[in-house]
Amino acid sequence: MALLKTENTSIRAIYTCVPTTIVRTIDYEWISMQERLLFTKTTGIIERRVASESTTCSDLCFQAANQLIEDLDCRNEIDLVLFVSQSPDYFLPATSIILQNRLGISTKAMAFDVNLGCSGYVYGLSIASHFIQSGNIKKVLLLAGDKSTISTNYEDKSTFPLFGDAGTATLLEFDETAKSWFFSMASDGKGKDAIIIEHGHSRHPYGTIEDETKEIEPGIIRSKKHLKLNGMEVFNFALKEVAPSIKELLSHAQQDIEKVDYFVFHQANKLINESVRKKLKIEAEKVPLSIDYFGNTSSASIPLTICKELATEALIENKIYLLSGFGVGFSWATVILNLSGVKTKLLEYA
Amino acid sequence: MNIQEFILIIEAEFDEVDKNSLEPSTSFRQMEGWSSMHALILIALVDNHFDVLLTGEELRGLDTIQDLYSLLESKEA
Repeated sequence: MALLKTENTSIRAIYTCVPTTIVRTIDYEWISMQERLLFTKTTGIIERRVASESTTCSDLCFQAANQLIEDLDCRNEIDLVLFVSQSPDYFLPATSIILQNRLGISTKAMAFDVNLGCSGYVYGLSIASHFIQSGNIKKVLLLAGDKSTISTNYEDKSTFPLFGDAGTATLLEFDETAKSWFFSMASDGKGKDAIIIEHGHSRHPYGTIEDETKEIEPGIIRSKKHLKLNGMEVFNFALKEVAPSIKELLSHAQQDIEKVDYFVFHQANKLINESVRKKLKIEAEKVPLSIDYFGNTSSASIPLTICKELATEALIENKIYLLSGFGVGFSWATVILNLSGVKTKLLEYA
Repeated sequence: MNIQEFILIIEAEFDEVDKNSLEPSTSFRQMEGWSSMHALILIALVDNHFDVLLTGEELRGLDTIQDLYSLLESKEA
């Protein structure tokens, strides 16, 4: 496990943009009413936001970023644009470069994409803060999110009701007065088949097989172009790896767990988050949730939860935060940081 | 924790199951409304109460509540 420490980085703002369209679990007629109620009880998902056919993840990130840049008047100061997503606009070029141009950011800025999901926001913070602490990069725009609903199949109860769409923008900057950030990051490719879209890239290029749906088990029908998720394997991975990695990071940072004010976990499902919370013996009030009204929003889930649940000064100033993302890959990452002075906004886009 | 206490925890966790309806010999897949979601709830419950991580494969190899309890006892020991 990589244990890292970075200096001189502060987050100035976290903006999130979600689609206006709400899809409720209770209306998911593919499964029985009893199953819908059990699904909501177990995952916590009451409803989620779904992007229209013509809206991409980058559109949602653009809305969040453009508003952030206008509010903070920093369009000409951004040196690096990072786009963390697994639903880019195109195979190529990188979506970050398209967004650099679309946002009117200087051509002197660096831009590149990072292909990560649930762990992606924390990885993005790590990459950004490493560039910033060098001193040569002053401001980084981190864009993270996914349009996961593009790859889920209505007739697959294991994925369709789980995912929501969201795009986020986070502005990080060089700050000599900032407190240190501590990261732990890890990967295990043995879990690659637990969450995967098998066809459509170079291992299995698109052909005609992707149009054929197949019943995998009752209630789960999908084709090779759809997102496949093995809930049991993901659940076992999370139970095994997340709490120990957080404990190891707390020890590395010499941070007493009792003194951490908020634990913002990736919103995979409520059962996973509750299990991790109980393992770490954390009070429920310290673990905010957004999955109830937004579903699993992949790399957007941590910033979305901050924008939804921690948007007041009293909950941000001088508080110690632990953010932890885990899932597809498998990949998992945690950071301990301070969010003092952060401006947040939750926007909607039709 | 003895097996009766374990059964009480399962009954409390699964809304669909009536109180005092489970026996050690009950096959958990035969429980009212059993689904893959219940398997996750069972894994979480075991993790929380026994600190034992049960894989999906292990669970698939078990039939009754007694089988599960015996496995947990052996893993705890």
